Amino acid sequence: MAKLELKNLYDDFRDGATIEAYSKIIARDAKKLEKPINIMEVCGGHTHTIMKFGLPQLLPKNVNFIHGPGCPVCIMPKERIDHAYVLSMQENVILVTLGDMIKVPGSNGSLQDARAKGADVRFVYSPMECIKIATQNKDKTVIFFAIGFETTTPMTAVLVEQVIKQKISNILFHINHVTVPEVMVELIDSRDVHVDSYNNQIDAFLGPSHVSVISGSKIYDKFPKDYGRPVVVTGFEPVDAMQGISMIIKQFIEKRCELEVQYKRVVNHEGNLKAQALINTYFEKTSLFRWRGLGNVPDSGLSLRKEYAVYDAEVRYKGVLPIAEIEDHKLCICGDILRGMAKPKECTIFGTACKPTTPIGSCMVSSEGACAAYYKYGNLI
Amino acid sequence: MTKTITLAHGNGGEENNELIEKIFYKNFKNDILDKSEDAAVIEDGKLAFTTDSFTVSPLFFNGGDIGKLAVCGTCNDLAMMGAKPKYMTCSVIIEEGFSTRDLEKIVKSMKEELAINDAIVVSGDTKVVPKGAVDKLFINTTAIGEIHYKGISASAIKEGMSILVSRDIGAHGAAIFAAREGMELQSNLKTDCASLYPQVKALIDSGIQIVALRDATRGGVSAVLNEWAKSSDVCIEIVEETIPVQEEVRGICEMLGFEALDLANEGTFVLCVPKEYEEKALEVLQKTHLSSCIIASVTLQYKAKVLLNSSWGTKRFLDLPTGELLPRIC
Repeated sequence: MAKLELKNLYDDFRDGATIEAYSKIIARDAKKLEKPINIMEVCGGHTHTIMKFGLPQLLPKNVNFIHGPGCPVCIMPKERIDHAYVLSMQENVILVTLGDMIKVPGSNGSLQDARAKGADVRFVYSPMECIKIATQNKDKTVIFFAIGFETTTPMTAVLVEQVIKQKISNILFHINHVTVPEVMVELIDSRDVHVDSYNNQIDAFLGPSHVSVISGSKIYDKFPKDYGRPVVVTGFEPVDAMQGISMIIKQFIEKRCELEVQYKRVVNHEGNLKAQALINTYFEKTSLFRWRGLGNVPDSGLSLRKEYAVYDAEVRYKGVLPIAEIEDHKLCICGDILRGMAKPKECTIFGTACKPTTPIGSCMVSSEGACAAYYKYGNLI
Repeated sequence: MTKTITLAHGNGGEENNELIEKIFYKNFKNDILDKSEDAAVIEDGKLAFTTDSFTVSPLFFNGGDIGKLAVCGTCNDLAMMGAKPKYMTCSVIIEEGFSTRDLEKIVKSMKEELAINDAIVVSGDTKVVPKGAVDKLFINTTAIGEIHYKGISASAIKEGMSILVSRDIGAHGAAIFAAREGMELQSNLKTDCASLYPQVKALIDSGIQIVALRDATRGGVSAVLNEWAKSSDVCIEIVEETIPVQEEVRGICEMLGFEALDLANEGTFVLCVPKEYEEKALEVLQKTHLSSCIIASVTLQYKAKVLLNSSWGTKRFLDLPTGELLPRIC
């Protein structure tokens, strides 16, 4: 068998000639569109690809992107970041989380600031590292501040399973996992009386492929059927994204409204059933999860099942965790940006008061947030 | 400025610059310091003078150790001013309990690297501090060198000039990140840690006109190019495809969400020459590293900016790296 090199996984999907060819196909097809279309890429990873590779520069004027809420760090409300901060400041606690999370400012500062004040805050690439940290620090409590969508939830579930199996007594969890389809529904059909979702500008969705590797494409069945929005589950390389966009445009000109998968090399309809079972064993839906910039979204969050409450840091540290909700800055328009009613540049504090080093709103927080991506890459568009 | 110093203030990017400007430059202000070059030029341009402190975890890594780093880093700062490293001081702060054998290993590798630079340590200091007061071992080196090529400056870059890198980029940053606790990545990646004076000497000896020269340490090639574009008020246009990056470095970048251009190097420099010297310079550099490459040209399209051109005709600005480098989440 020929040796598979790392570059085989991405090189062809970044081929300049292929990207240009798709750009021509899209330009040709887009002429047949009856009206301009707005495609929401739900996931921050897609926002990043689109901006990093300059894809809007290759698209005709009647095809627009709306940048969605799929960035786990961006959507974290301040009160939950405050939870992480307070937990990290408890005596004999090691707070462990993933990457970018340590940069996000809460009302007292970020985890980075907590670390500068002496807290033991660590970031890991794999949650399983917590076991090593817990073994090396038996006199301390390791709290895993779990974040992410369907893609990272199974990794937390495996850690919960191992903590129970190996009877590890010094690992606790603070669960902030959220799910994609529920927030998509919120964007096009909000049940919140204060939100006028009829004004949303979303015509179609580019679905994140890695979420569907776990959950399958079935989670999007209802969008073409019940909400009249086509969905194309798409990969993260520029060739993937261009092909996904082209597939959406074809649906419009052929008057179809379907769920399609561009990322067929990995995604199927059912997804990874083992991972799904693991998630269901340890987690249950919370009735409401508050998203930064969007407010309460029904059934969109996960928490540890009641029977595993002994591992829940939110239960164990209930007495010290703040409960009040903290609103975003009045001038911040992240909610409108996420609903596709505004672009980052329409915000009066974009790039002035609100910058990646001093983010005010959710979309500026992580490099995958729409505002941060515009700030970093988009200043030519 | 934030109320307390965070790790982001030491990353070589935006926050780092803010810290230096608002606290150190403000208080130490003088004409020599204001030039903010890799090394200070003193005594009417005859001598170059610089200092650097080294803290790195792990102390031993694939391709070097903190000792080699401490000599290369400081000598390279001199070399980047066209100076030949001559005299060095060395002071170490050692944590109680540190292994004597490891210390000797580190000092031996300093000796080897000094020989490559033909420089000597002429003064030093040691302090031992209680456990926990430092992380194992910190080294400071200060060095003085004789300037053999005058006029190298970040603000002398003009339209039409060419920019080269001395080898493939990002190896040090990627190797250190892969070796970090908690990453559990296995790779054969070696840091690029090396003394650069021999290559600079080769460039000078072959009569190449050197306009600007900088080793791309913290903040990587991005930080160097951004600083040059600002200092010289020009646009540096990179052809993205031409940037030499090893497969393993690219792999780590893809996996963790980094850009090779932002990663630190310890033996890679960026060079600006007039166009007529680009081929000759490339020939000299490729004698040491075949991966050396012409990566950019200087224009006036967007002044004070670095522009990245893709092979499919899109463009974007390349910004200074900000914040601590953190792996992406999913």
